[in-house]
Amino acid sequence: MTITHTVSTPTRSGTLGTNAHRPDGVAKVQGGFAFSSDMWSENMLWGATLRSPHPYAKIISIDDSAALAIDGVECVVTAQDVPGNPYYGLIMSDQPVFAAIGDTVRYCGEPIAAVAADHPETCKRALAAIKVVYEILTPVTNPQDCVSGIAPQIHPQGNVYRHQRIITGDQSIVGDVIVEGTYEIGMQDQAFLGLESALAIPDSGGEGLELYVATQWLHEDRKQIAACLNIPEEKIRLVLGGVGGAFGAREDISLQVHTCLLALKSGRPVRISYGREESFYGHVHRHPATIWMRHHADRNGKILKIESTMLFDGGAYCSTSPAVLINAITHTQGPYKCDNASVEGWAVRTNNPPCGAMRGFGVVQACFAHESQMEKLAAALGLSPVEIRLRNVMETGDRLITGQVMDSVAPVEQCIRETDAIAMPEPLSPNADIRQIPGGTGLTAQPGNIVRGVGWGVSMKNLMYSEGFDDYSTARCRMTDGVVSVKFATSEVGQGFTMLAQQIARTILGVDEVLLDTIDTQVGSAGSTSASRQTWMSGGAVKAACEKVLGDLFDHAAITFELSRDHVRIEETDIVDILSGRRIAVSEASKGVNLDRTEEYHHPPTEDLDENGQGNCHVAFAFVAHRAVVDVDVELGLVKVVQIATAQDVGRILNPISVQGQVEGGIAQGLGLAVMEEIIVKDGKVRNPSFTDYLLPTFLDAPLVEMVLIEEFEPKSPLGAKGVGEPPCISVTPAIANAIRNATGRELPRVPIRPYDICL
Amino acid sequence: MVEVNLHGRQPQTVVNLRRVEELREWSYRPTQQTVTIGSAVPYSVMETGKIAELVPALAQAARTVGSPQIRAAGTLGGNLGTCSPAGDSLPVLSALNAVIHLIGPQGTRDIPWEEFMLGVKKNALNSGEFVHSITVPVVQGWQGYAKVGTRNAMVIATASACLVRDADEGLISIALGSVGPTIIRCSQAEKWLLKTTSLRVGAQINADLAVEFGRRVSDEATPIDDHRSTAAYRRHCVAILAQRLLVRSLA
Repeated sequence: MTITHTVSTPTRSGTLGTNAHRPDGVAKVQGGFAFSSDMWSENMLWGATLRSPHPYAKIISIDDSAALAIDGVECVVTAQDVPGNPYYGLIMSDQPVFAAIGDTVRYCGEPIAAVAADHPETCKRALAAIKVVYEILTPVTNPQDCVSGIAPQIHPQGNVYRHQRIITGDQSIVGDVIVEGTYEIGMQDQAFLGLESALAIPDSGGEGLELYVATQWLHEDRKQIAACLNIPEEKIRLVLGGVGGAFGAREDISLQVHTCLLALKSGRPVRISYGREESFYGHVHRHPATIWMRHHADRNGKILKIESTMLFDGGAYCSTSPAVLINAITHTQGPYKCDNASVEGWAVRTNNPPCGAMRGFGVVQACFAHESQMEKLAAALGLSPVEIRLRNVMETGDRLITGQVMDSVAPVEQCIRETDAIAMPEPLSPNADIRQIPGGTGLTAQPGNIVRGVGWGVSMKNLMYSEGFDDYSTARCRMTDGVVSVKFATSEVGQGFTMLAQQIARTILGVDEVLLDTIDTQVGSAGSTSASRQTWMSGGAVKAACEKVLGDLFDHAAITFELSRDHVRIEETDIVDILSGRRIAVSEASKGVNLDRTEEYHHPPTEDLDENGQGNCHVAFAFVAHRAVVDVDVELGLVKVVQIATAQDVGRILNPISVQGQVEGGIAQGLGLAVMEEIIVKDGKVRNPSFTDYLLPTFLDAPLVEMVLIEEFEPKSPLGAKGVGEPPCISVTPAIANAIRNATGRELPRVPIRPYDICL
Repeated sequence: MVEVNLHGRQPQTVVNLRRVEELREWSYRPTQQTVTIGSAVPYSVMETGKIAELVPALAQAARTVGSPQIRAAGTLGGNLGTCSPAGDSLPVLSALNAVIHLIGPQGTRDIPWEEFMLGVKKNALNSGEFVHSITVPVVQGWQGYAKVGTRNAMVIATASACLVRDADEGLISIALGSVGPTIIRCSQAEKWLLKTTSLRVGAQINADLAVEFGRRVSDEATPIDDHRSTAAYRRHCVAILAQRLLVRSLA
């Protein structure tokens, strides 16, 4: 029997569509929430990591005897203590747990050893006492040298992570108008506030352990940890530690294996917690990229052909570089129709810091290039930024450059028109508060020094994992004597999935109280909290499990209360037989009943790209438009983003205030990339590993956000909703860049745009 | 504390001055037209109120220090003890010819600003000495401070400047931060301006003169390239800041 659940307008507090409260919200605001760095265990040791000061060097010897002689030091682990696979990695197993003697370190900050001791200060002294002799080598820091092949091979698996092209349509077409440019995107950091932290507790007497860790994907971590430790996965239980933000930086293994090794060797609980500086070395960053693009258009502004080459610097280890590259090249066209394209992409290995996942995942880089191009195209044709985009908008049913047919809801035109309809901000007042003027409280400028600019950005972003990956999600729903509990391994990283899971269960099962079980590996995988996928995927799994339990409850109620099984449904908190009109409260119907269902949700399968970049590689897409208004002190190069107007395609809205939070947060992160956030790497070394010098937007830098949410039920999505996490941060960056270009008349081919790019 | 927390410095002895009341006091002497500020008076006290009225440039500099939390804890004593060229309050102390009162095992001594800062994070403090208080004059005439950073708040200065116009004396003084190993007092530009124009009450200047003043100010800067910015941009900034501050001072 099929259960059709009607998602009608909700009225009951805490159900889908309402601003349900987050179960973790009050604790987080009041400071009572336990983040992973707050974890503590009886008899616990502290761990710390020794890292390479060189970007590329051969390890001649490691002498830990002086460290072990320090009072309070419990043990030291190095490469020779790794019992299983000495390497790990999400796509390619190429990153050593520890760099070994005789092998090389390949980036500045690469782990060489870890210590466990009775106090963090003892750890510091122990690290300083470990003597490592290096033979320093010349690092490969220019990714272009890996494409041309002149760089020496720095890893047995080669210097190219992936080389892929997309060729489609007629290559001989030449446009009436041709615009081109080479664009550069700097290395952004996810800069979550909750630093990396893990607590490993070895089983007493056994060979297994428990690991409490802030991560994005418990099961993937466990798989890699088990392989490195040479322990069966069943003997390792991972529990989600309180996560303070992720943005992609917790997809890869960082301190997980190190913490486990120290716990197993010492036989005691061990916690490792990174500080801010170490965090910059401990996780991957957004790929810096160089993108050349050439657009051909006819006289009316219709895009005829796009040519592009993209070079992504993946740094020393693979992480997700191949997937990031594929996302970038398959989004070359942006949210516009294009029949003919030739794209070539490279992701390469250098001795720069490893790069991987970050919110937007390759699309950020591609979008900066195509939206810069759209502005050039508009100028070349004498069209407005809105008009050039409207003449090319993608629609459902269009064929993408990969040959895939767009079968998602695609309200691109509506996104642009709704954004355009948002009122422009007031002109800068001669009496404006100094905090509203570029330079802010630095009192550098007066309103007379300021020029205003307006710019646009529109983007398309894939949702879920791509290229044949079955990133399914699992959820378990139990109803025991009227008490509903939900269990899943979905990482709650601050996005609000725990809240959403409760909303789903309340709505489907007609209950008000929903308990959340511990988020751990005692249930099937949920896939990663990445790729704007958990509302769709884990939301789908929770929905499926709840619906199974509901079906079981209906079966039971139909017999017990003599209802027509085919005509019962949930209304508010009652089971209603729509034939007889009888109502039984769910609390009444579920008395003494014990129901338990575990379900998986799988998205439709996707395919790999072929050698010409053709294939149905993505699951679904979401769209957004951004219009930026900026004030620029042209003489000093200082910028204040005044307003971001945005209309986003979000599918069905499940929690309005959470969507709003994602939109505002994403815009702040995209603003960061546009004007200030960059990890500065010189000769393979990070020059600004601190929040003193890696600048994030403050509240004063954040713009006024005026948003319209375009709500259209996405039929492919289990709840009708689209992921909303990534899109807000993507096209806002080129919108701001285009606005600064508009104010200054400069080309500004690179983000972040530095003050001296504007005024010198 | 930054040294301990960030750079792993392990001092053997730490003396907490937080509860020494006299370091947390400030006073105004109307007869001498001076303000003396204890080294432990936090910036939040200088941002508004009487100090801000008497020494507005200091209030403006104080307002640019870090976040509200940092301004509630940060002090002139901290800026002077660290003696970074990016110390936000230091160009103000330089432009106002502040006197630094030191105290130590040998007693007290007063040092004029120009003898206090010796280099990047180097000052004239002897071992065991600390900054007791700072005296600055209350000047009749305009004074102002401006600071460039790549963020609109809570940022280390890429370049900064303080300009003080003493209307009674017809003098202008200007000091620069973050563009050399010490705070730079632009005495050549000051002299040139004095020679070129009258700066007494009601004086006017033309735009070209302000630009030329900016150029001469930037000539005295000795900035470097680093991860925060470039020497060329810093030099450019102080030229623009000097030009704008001069125009404001005579507006």
